[in-house]
Amino acid sequence: MENWSLVSICVLFGLTARWAVSLNSYSGAGKPPMFGDYEAQRHWQEVTYNLPVHEWYFNTTDNNLNYWGLDYPPLTAYHSLLCAHDHGFDFCWVLVADLLIYIPAVVLYSFYLSEGSNKKKVCTVLCILLYPGLILIDYGHFQYNSISLGLALWGVVVLGLGWDVLGSLAFVLSLNYKQMELYHSLPFFCYLLGKCFKQGLAGRGLFLLVKIAVTVLVTFALCWLPFLSDPGQILQVVHRLFPVGRGLFEDKVANTWCSLNVLIKIKTILSTDTQLYFSLTTTLLAILPSSIKLLMKPTLWQFKLALVNSSLAFFLFSFQVHEKSILLPALPVCLLLNDLPLPAIWFLQASTFSMLPLFLKDGLLVPYVVTSLAFLFFSIYLLSAFEHCSEDKLRLGPYRRLLICMPRMDLGRVTKWKFYFSITAMAGLSFMSVALAPPDQLPDLFPLLVSVFSYLHFLGLLLYFNIVQIAEPLQSVRKNQKKSN
Amino acid sequence: MCYLYVELQSVISIPPRLIHRGQASVYDTGCVMATPRADDWSWFPALALGVSFLKCILINAYHSTDFEVHRNWLAITHSLPVSKWYHENTSEWTLDYPPLFAWFEYSLSHVAQHFDKEMLVVQNLIYTSPATILFQRLSVIVTDIVFIYAVKECCRSVREEKGSKDLLGHPFFILAALLLWNFGLLIVDHIHFQYNGFLFGILLLSVARHLQVLYFMTLFLVEQGRHLEGALLFTVLLNLKHIYLYIAPAYGIFLLRSYCFTKDNTDGSVRWSSFSPVRLVALGSIVISVGALSFGPFIAMGQLPQVLSRLFPFKRGLCHAYWAPNVWALYNMVDKALSVLGVRLKLLDVAKLPKASMTGGLVQEFQHSILPSVSPSITLICTLLSIMVMLSIWCRPRGARGFLRCLVVCALGSFMFGWHVHEKAILMAILPFSILAVESREDAGIFLMLTTTGHYSLFPLLFTAAELPIKVLLMLLFTLYSFTSLKKLFRGSLLNPLETTYLLGLVAVEILCEVVYPLSPWQHTLPFVPLLVTSVYCSLGVSYSFIRLYVSLLRQHGTDKHKQL
Repeated sequence: MENWSLVSICVLFGLTARWAVSLNSYSGAGKPPMFGDYEAQRHWQEVTYNLPVHEWYFNTTDNNLNYWGLDYPPLTAYHSLLCAHDHGFDFCWVLVADLLIYIPAVVLYSFYLSEGSNKKKVCTVLCILLYPGLILIDYGHFQYNSISLGLALWGVVVLGLGWDVLGSLAFVLSLNYKQMELYHSLPFFCYLLGKCFKQGLAGRGLFLLVKIAVTVLVTFALCWLPFLSDPGQILQVVHRLFPVGRGLFEDKVANTWCSLNVLIKIKTILSTDTQLYFSLTTTLLAILPSSIKLLMKPTLWQFKLALVNSSLAFFLFSFQVHEKSILLPALPVCLLLNDLPLPAIWFLQASTFSMLPLFLKDGLLVPYVVTSLAFLFFSIYLLSAFEHCSEDKLRLGPYRRLLICMPRMDLGRVTKWKFYFSITAMAGLSFMSVALAPPDQLPDLFPLLVSVFSYLHFLGLLLYFNIVQIAEPLQSVRKNQKKSN
Repeated sequence: MCYLYVELQSVISIPPRLIHRGQASVYDTGCVMATPRADDWSWFPALALGVSFLKCILINAYHSTDFEVHRNWLAITHSLPVSKWYHENTSEWTLDYPPLFAWFEYSLSHVAQHFDKEMLVVQNLIYTSPATILFQRLSVIVTDIVFIYAVKECCRSVREEKGSKDLLGHPFFILAALLLWNFGLLIVDHIHFQYNGFLFGILLLSVARHLQVLYFMTLFLVEQGRHLEGALLFTVLLNLKHIYLYIAPAYGIFLLRSYCFTKDNTDGSVRWSSFSPVRLVALGSIVISVGALSFGPFIAMGQLPQVLSRLFPFKRGLCHAYWAPNVWALYNMVDKALSVLGVRLKLLDVAKLPKASMTGGLVQEFQHSILPSVSPSITLICTLLSIMVMLSIWCRPRGARGFLRCLVVCALGSFMFGWHVHEKAILMAILPFSILAVESREDAGIFLMLTTTGHYSLFPLLFTAAELPIKVLLMLLFTLYSFTSLKKLFRGSLLNPLETTYLLGLVAVEILCEVVYPLSPWQHTLPFVPLLVTSVYCSLGVSYSFIRLYVSLLRQHGTDKHKQL
């Protein structure tokens, strides 16, 4: 069959799965007084529709910020205003946004920037579209992540195709939709800067740099136009976007601080300021190696790896992280599905698993189980993940050099067994969270186990992806650097 | 003597499975690349698992009153003695399937009690706890394993030409996808809620058993075994759901002609001397023993009239609340148009016209105002006349494929002219027709017309706003796949411009009925118009496909005669 029909079938299948998930209950359905994210979106529509722009981010008599106050950048607010004109079709809006922004970017990426036969590209499209985490959060829990992630993906695709100015435009838009996109910002910056360096800062490189800088500034200015008149407004918006007061972490999240908190109660020992500086330093240290490497070698392959490493480092070490933020590293990992199938599938599955407590709270157990199984099965089958896990294909060579005393064994096989074990453990933990009642002294036992277990995965994979990125020689020409046909 | 012969054959015969394997491997050595068929079936579980995941994710979707119907039957069969099954009427949804289905519900109820005991209480009307929903949905998904197995058997019996090496272009792959991912079956079973999957599984398995005969023609005994198995499966099916009586004539004629007569004359007509009484007795005993197993206890209790009155409620009207897209929909429409026209032209008196709410939602009699009213006997005569063409397989049997074609004509004929037909009955024609569609170009064209209109006519089953996108998406998915894959298989366009235009018209009808009309002021005064338009528009397409199918059958008959001369 022709490519277009296969791709359309994949896209239709992805959309069907999305809509089928939305038929289940959504966040906070019937749980007064705060309800959930669905209510938040509805409330923002109310606020943006009824109040003048300058009151959106302020606590006034008409706008109680404690009840789902707007805490996303201006583009989200404009989007809510747009949706408010057609209230009642909320899930339709998510589907439309997906269809217009995220899905075309996925298709373009798979067809122009990934390697292999056409059939393989179609398989990549299907697997990326079936990633359960994004489907469950957007359509089950109800959020608009596909817009910000889709715009960021557009940025990657357009940069990959060589249009640097448009790429930075797309990324700035995504940053103005959700501030969490900052997790991706450093690789974008380093990639573009690295490219300017490569072209020579004295000549064409400088021109490119100026062009990009102007684009970024103008886009920012346009997005923030209604708030620019008054510095107070800007400060208030920034204050809403980065609520430092909410502490190092909330609930149970699979990052370093929450996991460390089990052993040492950092949240009570250190003051908020110390926590802030501490997390900032560790985050910067964690992203430094990959950023420097990218700066020296701005290729698409390095860029993708740097996106993973930077966003994952942010997720693991930065301040005030939500469990849903794991979607940010998950996006670039999706882009690696074709190159490193097994680690990517492993990561994506772990990321879905790490949000289990949230899904259970929202009553999304059945869709969680079904979409996870479907994703695991299809991605392993279609991308033949187990056939592509020799030591060489997984790029495990550097491990040998690092650990000379390691006994001789096939690292590919070991990885496979670790994968089986971890999937079984995830299934077991999922089952226990649903079926068993936690002991009275430890009511949060299962959510904590889930987040610590996922944290170990994330940490291990952060190391792995960093090693893959750093170990790549600076000079040699690799297949992956070539823009695929 | 005959017994001895059979005995002898069984000694020298090889188990059928071995023969099949052997044949496949011989075939493989000839052209290894062209046939991923025998060596690699790994795509099949992928296809089947994929659709099963989709079914699971639809567990919390909308379900119709049929959900409560089946819950009630679970409760009746679980908590009441057999003698009360067909007398119980606490719920308005009384047991109206044949006894074997009741036993099926009985066995399900033993699993059900581990999910939620409350669903098995007859008095708990409209009981939908999450556990009940999970159990009932899962029971449909799990029993669909029969369907999946049957599809695999059908795929093995498909004739294939040496063609592309691409797996996606193989007839058996396409057939598997068309059957497993059938849109109608998905929405009727897994959203609307019914148990058609495993019933159609038994039907397809029985068809496959007849088709597979071709492979073993040389071995007399194997041929016999498969035919009897097919007959047994169909008899069981009849005792599970009696709607399959519609296609029983095709089975009857085929088995009588091709099984009970062992030899043909050289011109293909029946050789009366070759009649085998043993075979007739074998067939008869299968039918009678299954019937006895199912209806026997009720005959013994003297409840047969009561059971039959439940199975065949003739109090219902000519058409269902939503008219199935058949001849009577067109007939009603013409009647309505004539009466409106008559009133406009002042030829008729409004006061004298019978008051009839058209598709009001209740099952009731529709009185015609101009045209003569239709009685059940007239529909029966029309149905029988429409399937007369089946007799052509008596004059000239064309093997199991001729039988399959007759089966489809039979199903479609009774859909077109039957009494109180449900729109869901179209699946009885669509599913078996898929097998023919991947084997001949002409059938593929008719199949596309029939499935697309037939499936679209199922849209009113799901009327809730939340399910609108899912039915549109699934329909697009299936239609797009069937068009592109069959086009690829037969290398060229399968429909003429007029047919294409008609099918594109469905898009317009959908937009008109579900987007534009609800916004218009007529939505409140004339709420039935979208249903009417859908039904009438689809009945044009279904009638057209029926005529084309009929013509194809007659033409084959004609060419055969021509060759004969």
